[in-house]
Amino acid sequence: MFLLAITISFIIQKIILAAIIIGGSLGIALYATWAERKVSAVMQDRRGPTRAGPFGLLQPLADGVKMFMKEEIIPIFSNKFLFILGPSLAMVVALMSSAVIPWGPDMKFADGTSFSLQVADINIGMLYVFGVVSLGVYGVMLGAWASNNKFSLLSGLRAAAQAISYELALGLSMISLVMMTGSLSLNDIVSQQHGFWDGNWFSWNVFKQPLAFLIFLVCSFAELNRAPFDLAECESELIGGYHTEYSSLKLGFYLFAEYISMFITSVIISTLFFGGYNFPGMDAVAAMVPSPLFSIICALVLLTKAIGFILFFMFIRWTIPRFRYDQLMNLGWKSLIPLALINMLITGAVILYLNK
Amino acid sequence: MDIYQIIFWVLSIFTLGCAIGVIMSRSPINSVLFLILTFFSISAHYVMMNAQFLAIVNIIVYAGAIMVLFLFVLMLMNLNSDTEPQKNFLIQFAGVISGGALLLVFVAAIKSTFTGLEGKTIDLSQSTDIGLIKNLGTMLFKEYVFPFEIASVLFLSAMVGAVVIGKKDKHLAPTE
Repeated sequence: MFLLAITISFIIQKIILAAIIIGGSLGIALYATWAERKVSAVMQDRRGPTRAGPFGLLQPLADGVKMFMKEEIIPIFSNKFLFILGPSLAMVVALMSSAVIPWGPDMKFADGTSFSLQVADINIGMLYVFGVVSLGVYGVMLGAWASNNKFSLLSGLRAAAQAISYELALGLSMISLVMMTGSLSLNDIVSQQHGFWDGNWFSWNVFKQPLAFLIFLVCSFAELNRAPFDLAECESELIGGYHTEYSSLKLGFYLFAEYISMFITSVIISTLFFGGYNFPGMDAVAAMVPSPLFSIICALVLLTKAIGFILFFMFIRWTIPRFRYDQLMNLGWKSLIPLALINMLITGAVILYLNK
Repeated sequence: MDIYQIIFWVLSIFTLGCAIGVIMSRSPINSVLFLILTFFSISAHYVMMNAQFLAIVNIIVYAGAIMVLFLFVLMLMNLNSDTEPQKNFLIQFAGVISGGALLLVFVAAIKSTFTGLEGKTIDLSQSTDIGLIKNLGTMLFKEYVFPFEIASVLFLSAMVGAVVIGKKDKHLAPTE
């Protein structure tokens, strides 16, 4: 069975790959904080961080050192274990879904060995992503409750209600995608979107399921707790929401986990709808360069798409004001879920028509 | 004792420990957290039986949705030992009856496990494919389609009931 196939070299390969992916995610999230400040500065006609290093490039390090140096305060009546568990869970869950993402095609070396750029190719990859998303709210909820603060508690309740509501539409939009691809494995979904044009139509899923993509995108904003859906940390009503009582590195973990989730979500959106590591004219490139180099080019293409989505997330944050809570619930339950259901019906009808 | 047995025993002890934690812990929040851990370890058991679909659905539905709502309610209720209502005799009596009935079911289940062991066990060293999504879907929609549809109608009626209860009373609600 599956455990017997594990050898030492296999384990070492996977550990190295996981370390690279986690390190890469952390690095990109680090510079996403810098990019967010620069983007907001450009959009508001300011200059943003300029002092630390050229173009303020050392600003994330300076912020990190500041977080380390701050005094750590734990509220006296709070549950200390849960108070520490909250930000840790937020961080762990943010990093978890990177395990099933196919970062590129297999590297095939000259001696016949191959190296997969995916930590775990499980046949239910998409459900795994969905499961991790559904666990994401625990970090916020536990931290909020353990803070022993009215505003934090309200924020935790908001976060929970929001996450549960938008998970439904997220799942339904994923179902129409699964109906079309016929597989839950992210590897299959990506290889079905090979190239850019399959002879009749664009091969990327966004051209086949535009409505599902739109619903998925809106729901990702909500699941990330990002503006315009950042009701959980709505500072004009709730001070700082769930991280009101947090200080020092634990606050840093909460803030940082958001950027990691944003990166991973961008990668997942690119994988599901924008062809993953595929790009136009990839067959010509594959014929020209050796396989390991081609895999790295593909991984860089995926990263470029993901960075595009990160920038999109940032543009939206600095463009659209925050929703009111009832508007948020109305949008989720009365618009997105019916739309996703209709999309599912249309997808089913089209599949039946094409296969009759 | 091969590696499956070691993993199985460690997991089983962990599962039972968490399950005992659910009923032993004083704070309801801790109970719910232990329950979440229990669901995770049950999912790990499913993975051991090569039923990944069941494992992940167990996590999505129970740990991801139902337990979040449990926590939601518990956080609002602020349960303490001094705010706990005094239970009257009738409620205690009903509790004993239902607990006894549950015990009867458990004893019957354990007894039937010991008598007809053949055909009910899963050999972990042989891979079974019934828990994979394709086989499970085919099974559900071919052999068990009628109970499946009945269950979905039951869920639908529960949903309609929840909407009816949650609806604002038009006479009492303030005009918007």
